[in-house]
Amino acid sequence: MLRFTLRRILQVIPTVVVVALLIFVIFSVVPGTFAASLFADGKRAADPQMIARLNEEFGLNKPLMERFVTYVTDLAQFDLGTSFRTRQPVIDLINDRMGASLQLAIAAMVFALVVGVPLGFLAALRPGSVLDTVTMIGAVSGLSMPQFWLGLLMMYLFALQLNWLPSFGYGDGSFRNLILPAVTLGVTPLALLARTTRAGVLDVLNADFIRTAHSKGMSEMKVVRWHVARNALVLIVTTVGLQFGSLIGQAVVIEKLFAWPGIGSLLVDSVAIRDIPVVQGTILVIVLWFLLINTAVDLIYAAIDPRIKQE
Amino acid sequence: MLKKLTLAAMLSLSVATGALAAGERSGGTLVFTAPYGSSFATLDVQASPNTQEEFITQAIHRGLYSWNSIENKPVLELADSEDVSEDGLTHTYHLRKNAVFHNGKPLTADDIIYSYKRIANPKNAFPGASFIAVIKGAEEFIAGKAEEISGLKKIDDNTLEITYTGPINPGFPLMQNTTVIYPSNVEDESTFAKNPVGLGAFVFKEHVPGSQVVVEKFDKYYEEGKPYLDRINIVLMAEDAARDVAFRNKEIDVSILGPTQYQAYQGEEGLKDHLLEVAEVYTRNIGFNPAFEPFKDKRVRQAINHAINAPLIIERLVKNKAYPASGWLPLSSPAFDKDKAAYAFDPEKAKALLAEAGYADGFEFEVTASPNESWGVPIVEAILPMLKKVGITVKPKPVESSALGDAVTSNNFQAFIWSNLSGPDPLNALRCYYSKTAQSACNYTSYASPDFDKLYEAAQQERDPAKQNDLLRQANNIVQDDAPVWFFNYNKAVMAHQPWVHGLVPNATELAVQPYDEIWIDENAPDARK
Repeated sequence: MLRFTLRRILQVIPTVVVVALLIFVIFSVVPGTFAASLFADGKRAADPQMIARLNEEFGLNKPLMERFVTYVTDLAQFDLGTSFRTRQPVIDLINDRMGASLQLAIAAMVFALVVGVPLGFLAALRPGSVLDTVTMIGAVSGLSMPQFWLGLLMMYLFALQLNWLPSFGYGDGSFRNLILPAVTLGVTPLALLARTTRAGVLDVLNADFIRTAHSKGMSEMKVVRWHVARNALVLIVTTVGLQFGSLIGQAVVIEKLFAWPGIGSLLVDSVAIRDIPVVQGTILVIVLWFLLINTAVDLIYAAIDPRIKQE
Repeated sequence: MLKKLTLAAMLSLSVATGALAAGERSGGTLVFTAPYGSSFATLDVQASPNTQEEFITQAIHRGLYSWNSIENKPVLELADSEDVSEDGLTHTYHLRKNAVFHNGKPLTADDIIYSYKRIANPKNAFPGASFIAVIKGAEEFIAGKAEEISGLKKIDDNTLEITYTGPINPGFPLMQNTTVIYPSNVEDESTFAKNPVGLGAFVFKEHVPGSQVVVEKFDKYYEEGKPYLDRINIVLMAEDAARDVAFRNKEIDVSILGPTQYQAYQGEEGLKDHLLEVAEVYTRNIGFNPAFEPFKDKRVRQAINHAINAPLIIERLVKNKAYPASGWLPLSSPAFDKDKAAYAFDPEKAKALLAEAGYADGFEFEVTASPNESWGVPIVEAILPMLKKVGITVKPKPVESSALGDAVTSNNFQAFIWSNLSGPDPLNALRCYYSKTAQSACNYTSYASPDFDKLYEAAQQERDPAKQNDLLRQANNIVQDDAPVWFFNYNKAVMAHQPWVHGLVPNATELAVQPYDEIWIDENAPDARK
């Protein structure tokens, strides 16, 4: 198990390196610079002297290869650089925002798990029933609905019409502020989990060993608990892992819409103004998060299904 | 002046009447929105040229001058009076004796000298350095060739002498967000980015990155009886649609409106009576590059101005959230010529001009454009059929906003569409058409006219504001006749506010930025705000 764990963790390293290189190359060739973005809204005249000073300060007038070497050297020392815009270390900016992003992603995942898995289970146990039909229609709708639009609908209904919840913002970090963005973000993984759980459970229910269990006279409850649930778990864990890993990336739109102070909104702002160190740092953190979650999922697989470890 | 006051008064009708009817009330919390992004770049506002940080500046800081939206001009802020030398170069400021920083330090001349040196320090590369450059000796200091700024001289703690490079109105450069005054007794300057200390009416309380900045009333503020509010939550809300819901739900007290919302709010009871409108100091335009053969001929440029029905586009696409432009200087400019007519929509005249210029069969050109709904690709798409009718084929070249500036300042375009600053200082605005201004600075269309230069140089030397404005008016008319750009519109900024909010002003420099110390909320505000 230790070797398996080490191997999975070591596999993360080359992926991170490739992603880091890609980010550097992409943002070296896209048009637009931080200095030019300062007057992009036309609210002030361009100032060539200031542009030259900024480019010099941030090393943007150095040759590409020299910048690349600096970038890689800093990265090897876990230094994500300094933000052009705030002139603060990128890691500090990410730290400021990571808590809110994690809070949102965890809340969305808990919501998706608590609602999606039981719904999928129940739908599979009663295929063709009203509950099954409604669940699957809901799941398809949840998967196909643009999050931005869904978020606006939620705001309109729960904030404007019913006046139950605040429509935006972090407030003082209260649970009430978290509900709308978390539910909006959680709808897609919920729908996916419901569908996957239903498919997984149906698959297991049709397996020979379930028929054997029934023929041995085991009660329905015991069959579901000991055989169906355990065997469907691998598929559910896979879906949870993939979804949870990508939630921070998916949250970009939701954070922007609900003025939620996570790293998603930091990323969007930074791309727009070409604050390259922040963009690079934020994307790396999102990628690293995804890889770590997936590694964790692989390790959980091995724990719940010995066949995987053997493979 | 009468014209300016009339304009300001007209534009602030709803607010002004509200204020007169009720009388100022102290106390309460204002929830103000900062709509230009999802974060504040820094709380060290001297380091940031962004409008977003101006919301913080207005609450926490003060500059030597400030903008008076009612008088439509910069006024002294941190000095009770000033003496100006006969040549107009040296100003002696008698500083306010009752101005105190939030850390308890009284304002002295040292603070102003310290602040201007910090802004101009070449190691900092701050955006405000170009404003400080109007002070004698600042250019040398910025270039790292001098230890001091020779034009700054402390007479005593409360008296400061500043010598400028020319007989300018120093109010314009020294009222900026990036030229505010910091206390000189803070040892670690890096703390300004997290714990700002200023002379403003509100003290910094809290910053939740990506969410909001909270400020509270400063009891030792130098304006007696002000501010009225106890607290302001400046919340970040970049999304128009989300802001709309929050405003209707009364979670925020003000909202800046886009064209679609403006149209919707105008038609709704309860909303339409609480809109504040102003002609801001931005001119939307398509700039022509004279290096592109057809644009060398002014008849071609004039033909394009005649071929496009700008009022129709403003009505249909911009939902009347703009004023048709006649020339470069906007309606709110003191040098605006109300008697000079705009280019009339006249396709036949356009065809005739094109034929005279040798382009009877038309030509094709590319417009570099950002996605902006009011001055980007959608507008280029709207002019496309109009120009087609006179034989000109237009192709939009979409770029991101940050790439637009790069393309324009590197002269890498045939034409571009942009919104550019055209005020409030007409002298500074027309600098962009002075032939000695570099293309990469703001003379984006490489404009050069000896007649214009002559008038502009005369205006630079003129100390009588009325005569200076007259010269600039004539210079502006030359630009209009030469048509280096297609004059599209002047932005109409619109702010919606809750009925209980009073004291908002029609700030032509940026409507979203309001003097917080003037704002108060009445008894009708929700309990949580009172």
